[in-house]
Amino acid sequence: MLISNLEFLPGYKIKRHLGLVQGSSVRAKHVGRDLMATLKNIFGGELTAYTELLQDSREEATARLVEQATSIGANAVLNVRFSTSSIAAGAAEIFVYGTAVELEDD
Amino acid sequence: MIEVGIAVALVILGYIFGSAAERRHFKSIIKRERELNRLAAVATRFPPEDTAWRQQLVTGNVVIASDYFKTFTASLINIFGGKVTPFESLIDRARREAMLRMKADAQSLGAEYIFNVKYNTSRISQFGAGAIEVMAYGTALTPPE
Repeated sequence: MLISNLEFLPGYKIKRHLGLVQGSSVRAKHVGRDLMATLKNIFGGELTAYTELLQDSREEATARLVEQATSIGANAVLNVRFSTSSIAAGAAEIFVYGTAVELEDD
Repeated sequence: MIEVGIAVALVILGYIFGSAAERRHFKSIIKRERELNRLAAVATRFPPEDTAWRQQLVTGNVVIASDYFKTFTASLINIFGGKVTPFESLIDRARREAMLRMKADAQSLGAEYIFNVKYNTSRISQFGAGAIEVMAYGTALTPPE
């Protein structure tokens, strides 16, 4: 599955548009991590645990996007966008969406 | 009285550790920016069509926490209004770090360009000024073998 945030790809022709596909994932860290983050708020610096959490979350959202695209017979997802929102205290939602297409070699 | 003492101590601790961390971070950012300078990351949506580039989505993200000193001075500035410089440098660090991680990701693929770069910024966590997350993403173009 080819994933790209470009609108078209040089060397390929879009054979068929299959519409919008999406994937999302909501995650939270356990309280211990949140406590560590609170401490980190005194000293500043990177919150590695959260960086990893969001990275994992993004990978999962992308996997769901790919799954959906595969199920409708696409072989690429173009113009992919990511968006993040904190929906509740301590939880973040990662949303990824794009256009599923069927590509053909030019 | 004790509470005031604790608050003052936290501001001082935040200032000492926070500004040391910021200096270190900027130094590392500038160094890595020089190393990755050759790899061009642009916001153009249209890739060159001369070669059959291999393409792949590359991402970089970082979560950076504010320190107590920044949070405190920002809340003071909030009263009078104006430029909130403590947060300006914080967000600058986060953006540049995310860009560098994305570039490192692209470099490990042997890419030459990153097209259609987009930034995504969000506020993380519920406490205080909390932390910000920046994600940078784009399409890496690698020359065909």
